Amino acid sequence: MAPDGAGECGGGCRRGKAAHAGAGAVAGFFVCLLVVWAIGGCGRLGCGRVAEEEAVAGQFNLSRSQLQELVSILSSSERECMANQVSYLPCISDTLCIGDKASGGKQNWLKDVILQEFCTVQDKYDRNSHTPALLENKFLQNIIKQSSPITQCNLGECDLYAGIKGLNVDQNIVSSSNHTRMFYLSALFGTIVISIVRTICKRGKQSNKLCQDEKLLQIPSAKISRKWSKRALLIGVVLGLFSSMCIFSSMYADVVVRRIENLANMCDERARMLQDQFNVSMNHVHALAILVSTFHHGKNPSAIDQKTFEDFTARTTFERPLMSGVAYALKVLHSERERFEQQHGWKIKKMEAGDQSHVHDYNPEKLEPSPIQDEYAPVIFSQETVKHIISVDMMSGKEDHDNILRSRATGKGALTSPFKLLKSNHLGVVLTFTVYKYDLPPNATPEERIHATLGYLGASFDVPSLVDKLLEQLASKQKILVKLYDTTNRTSPINMYGSDFTASGDLHRSYIDFGDPTRKHEMHCRFKHEPPLPWSAITISMAVAIIVLLVGQIIYATLNSLEEAEDNYRAMLELKGRAEAADVAKSQFLATVSHEIRTPMNGVLGMLQMLMDTELDTTQQDFVVTAQESGKALINLINEVLDLAKIESGRIELETVPFDVRDILDNVVSLFSEKSQAKGIELAVLVSDQVPDVLTGDPWRFRQIITNLVGNSMKFTERGHIFIQVHLVEELKRTKIVFDDISAQNREVTDNPDNTMPCNTLSGLEVADNWKSLENFRMFKFSNDAMDAINLVVTVEDTGIGITKDAQTRIFTPFMQADSSTSRTYGGTGIGLSITKCLVELMGGEIGFTSKPGVGSTFSFTAIFKENRRSPGDIKRYHSEPTPSDFQGMRALIIDGRCARAEITMYHVRRLGIWCDLAATSESAFSSLLEACNSSSPNLVFVDKDVWGEGSGYGDCIRKPLRLSTIAACLRKALGIGVTRQNSRDQSLVLRSVLTGKQILVVDDNAVNRKVAAGALKKYGAIVTCVESGIDAIDMLKPPHTFDACFMDVQMPEMDGFEATRLIRAVEKKINDMIQTGELSAESYRNKANWHVPILAMTADVIQATFEGCMHCGMDGYVSKPFEELQLYSAVAHFLETNATDPSS
Amino acid sequence: MAATPMNQLSALVNNMFATGLLDEQFQQLQMLQDASAPDFVSEVVTLFCDDGERIIGELTKLLEKSSVDFDRVDAFVHQLKGSSASVGAQKVKNTCIQFREFCQQKSRDGCLKTLDSVRTEFYDLRSKFQTLLQLERQIQGFYPK
Repeated sequence: MAPDGAGECGGGCRRGKAAHAGAGAVAGFFVCLLVVWAIGGCGRLGCGRVAEEEAVAGQFNLSRSQLQELVSILSSSERECMANQVSYLPCISDTLCIGDKASGGKQNWLKDVILQEFCTVQDKYDRNSHTPALLENKFLQNIIKQSSPITQCNLGECDLYAGIKGLNVDQNIVSSSNHTRMFYLSALFGTIVISIVRTICKRGKQSNKLCQDEKLLQIPSAKISRKWSKRALLIGVVLGLFSSMCIFSSMYADVVVRRIENLANMCDERARMLQDQFNVSMNHVHALAILVSTFHHGKNPSAIDQKTFEDFTARTTFERPLMSGVAYALKVLHSERERFEQQHGWKIKKMEAGDQSHVHDYNPEKLEPSPIQDEYAPVIFSQETVKHIISVDMMSGKEDHDNILRSRATGKGALTSPFKLLKSNHLGVVLTFTVYKYDLPPNATPEERIHATLGYLGASFDVPSLVDKLLEQLASKQKILVKLYDTTNRTSPINMYGSDFTASGDLHRSYIDFGDPTRKHEMHCRFKHEPPLPWSAITISMAVAIIVLLVGQIIYATLNSLEEAEDNYRAMLELKGRAEAADVAKSQFLATVSHEIRTPMNGVLGMLQMLMDTELDTTQQDFVVTAQESGKALINLINEVLDLAKIESGRIELETVPFDVRDILDNVVSLFSEKSQAKGIELAVLVSDQVPDVLTGDPWRFRQIITNLVGNSMKFTERGHIFIQVHLVEELKRTKIVFDDISAQNREVTDNPDNTMPCNTLSGLEVADNWKSLENFRMFKFSNDAMDAINLVVTVEDTGIGITKDAQTRIFTPFMQADSSTSRTYGGTGIGLSITKCLVELMGGEIGFTSKPGVGSTFSFTAIFKENRRSPGDIKRYHSEPTPSDFQGMRALIIDGRCARAEITMYHVRRLGIWCDLAATSESAFSSLLEACNSSSPNLVFVDKDVWGEGSGYGDCIRKPLRLSTIAACLRKALGIGVTRQNSRDQSLVLRSVLTGKQILVVDDNAVNRKVAAGALKKYGAIVTCVESGIDAIDMLKPPHTFDACFMDVQMPEMDGFEATRLIRAVEKKINDMIQTGELSAESYRNKANWHVPILAMTADVIQATFEGCMHCGMDGYVSKPFEELQLYSAVAHFLETNATDPSS
Repeated sequence: MAATPMNQLSALVNNMFATGLLDEQFQQLQMLQDASAPDFVSEVVTLFCDDGERIIGELTKLLEKSSVDFDRVDAFVHQLKGSSASVGAQKVKNTCIQFREFCQQKSRDGCLKTLDSVRTEFYDLRSKFQTLLQLERQIQGFYPK
């Protein structure tokens, strides 16, 4: 059985893979225990053996090394046994086993057990020779497992269990003790389940590891192992069922054996009783014989007559429980017959042997007198019950005759074979004792005995009634059927008792010795009823089978679910792969298509542009413009899609460059200024002064975020304002309470009744309270402790249509607009905000918004930048000029009724370095102006148009939205008295004076340049002539000419400026020389002796080398191209002032 | 505020400045326009546009050839650069500078790439200029001299 168990265990080993199967297995284990113990509970009585076994089990558990030894012994002897099995010589294996046994040391007992086991196995082989293959298979399995070194450590325990289990099972089968069986069974299943659970756990862990290690590689092997697992499971289940059948057969055999034993016991018991009673009766008959001898023959006259005998026998019947009656017959020789007959007064009568038909009406009077014989044995005394045989000659009956002869010859009691007794017609036997004249020695010869014979005492046994009587005394009479046979004649036993019907089933024979060695008797016992079904065996084996099936089912289900899970996993993996591939393909497709669309779209746009340049009527023009606008919108969309695709595929990387936040915001504002002006919306930006000037980060993405938000706001705002604010997170956190107050204030209706605008916001319209969305930001909850991290909060506040509640959830979803009607009304793809969100998250920030339908929305986002501690050398700027310092130290008075708006103005003006004072109304402004006149008068007054009203005479008008460059430019324009302006005015005046009326030649191959240069010079009053090549210039400048100066482009095709200048100088030199030498008349050369026209190089790259080159080839100076007033002045003045004798004032 | 041509014009110019299409040179040009030269800006711009288009066409042709004459390309680019600098077309000018670098490296791919961007920028600018000129025409139509 060990291989069986091992096979199961091995199956388990291979089967197990999922750790969670363990739970089911443990549950199964407990169920097994419960069932087995419940069944076994009734039959368990003797516990001594159990205790012993438990002690052994303890031993098993205690010494692992012993057990391992045991396992090795097990395996080796197994191999041997198997070899033997193969050669079908079980006896050799027995000897081997015995040899093993002899060599056994400490584990003698264990080995005994093992040997027993193997012998049993051998027996089983012999018995079940029709299934040797299977058993061999099991052996092989076990051996393979035992000798597999790789799995030894794991399987060792398993095998151990198998071994123990095998032992147990074997013990079960071999042992006839039914009581220990339950224990073994429970132990067996416990071990099975434990081993299964263990291996499953191990395998589960291993496979988990494997899964982690090489998920993909494992798949085929997992498939194979699963296939094997299922096979092993099948084998295991078959083995389990087989073992349950073995249990059944062994238990059934046990039941049968016990039944037979029971039968034998009962039969023997009955036989013994019968025999004992018989012997008792016989002894008494013997005693009676002696009595007769003593008192009848020994006395004279006889002390016994018929009456006495009758009385005596009647009173001593209890002594002879089996006898129906006793009689005494006298030995009468023929010679004495007559005398005898006379003496007794009756004739000796002949027994009618064989006349069975008349037995029932037996009448001694009707009997015929005995025929003449040598001797007679007439009955003289008889018991009351057999009184009818008095005077009957016993010698005349055949049976009695033989009996008498045998009895007197042996001196012992002799039994007749069963025959029908007279009168009662019952089957009976007659016991005969001989009465001798004197005491004979035991070794007396038969002749002596015959001679000494006086008479015969006969006792008849009425067998059926006697046996009935006897059996009635015993319990369980009804259980078995008893038959009594006289088997003196072997071939034809005579049935003495028992009905003839044959009960099937087992038969037990008990031999009965009735004290007559010549006669043999047997008692045959049978069970009356068919043996009952062996319920215990059936239930136990069924339980085992059910448990095996259950465990199998559990494991099968586990395997299936595992398989399913794996299949699902694979399917998911595949789907995931496909989805990812599809996503990649989508992104690629988007990128490619976007790019591919962009290229032809550029062509379309270009062509449209060219079409616009042609002669078109108004309608056509309108069409073309529309087409172009659409094309541009399309390009924008494509760019956005491309952006989104890039973001989604993670291909966007943020730059880290230093940049100026305020510059970025100015730029954004300028982008939207056109639109905001067109729509009449106030657009403003306010950057907190705590935000550092230069940050490090990705300005383009930052700008894109703000642009998107502002663009979005712009789209949905028809009136009111859009207000961009930039603060530090820390700043807002610090001023949280204040901030709250401010936003609360924003809602308050101001006291001023004249003010039609209810709120103190930029445009006076109500806005959505932003603080709620800010509160949810991570940065507001947790402080970011990074050293130079600058956390910015940007809010874009608008007074647009707002976002409805249900649309707020999907506002950041790509291609989702607030609702479809929105896109119809306002257009757009709804992609912008999702890009914005992605970008914000990319920058480590968060985006949120608050919106009130009909009131407006406020979007806020946070972004993390780094403070730029290095010198802000190369900052990417949209506006190339840094903050102008022209206005440093000036004072300004800002008059604005709305402080929010005034704050923005102050912000911008302060950026110019101007001190600001604030006045809410024109009255207060006036008073402060008056006041200021005394101390330090402000240089500037900024007045909001709302306050001042239309049509007043103010100096200049700054168009909103405000931004640095426009303010600066406007201020420059307005402050005509300002230093800078003063200078430039002087310069241009001087230039004008210098250049007015001068003839100037401009040489440039580039028509545009020519035009611009000419335009610039013309502006200062010069008369400009243009040529487009060096050769033309040489022609023009060939003396005599009227040009006062020449501006020469350096780089020209064919002949560059240097070359042309050289040639011009050469010509001039030649002419000058010729004039000096008188070869040419000075008159013809306008009385000029020294021709030297100032030639100024025009060059774009003003570098030293160019300058030196200019000088080298005879140029007089250079101006940068395009002209700068100052430089032009300095260059021109130097050469022309000398000529300009009378500069106009 | 009404979207008058005047407003639109200034918004457009502002925008062009803001997006870096133009630099101060254009302001200078605008300053040069006065009663004596009322169409100065439009003339210059038209000239620039025509010239630029011609040069870009030339460049395209040159670069299409299998063996590129980089000197000629350089000359053309220089011309374009000059024009754009005069008009204040900052972006085009900067791209031309880049272009010239590629020319000096004799990198055809680089040239083609920058030519593309030059073209894009140029047409972008030109479309804006067209609008500008149209607006100016409108303004002049509204306020005849």
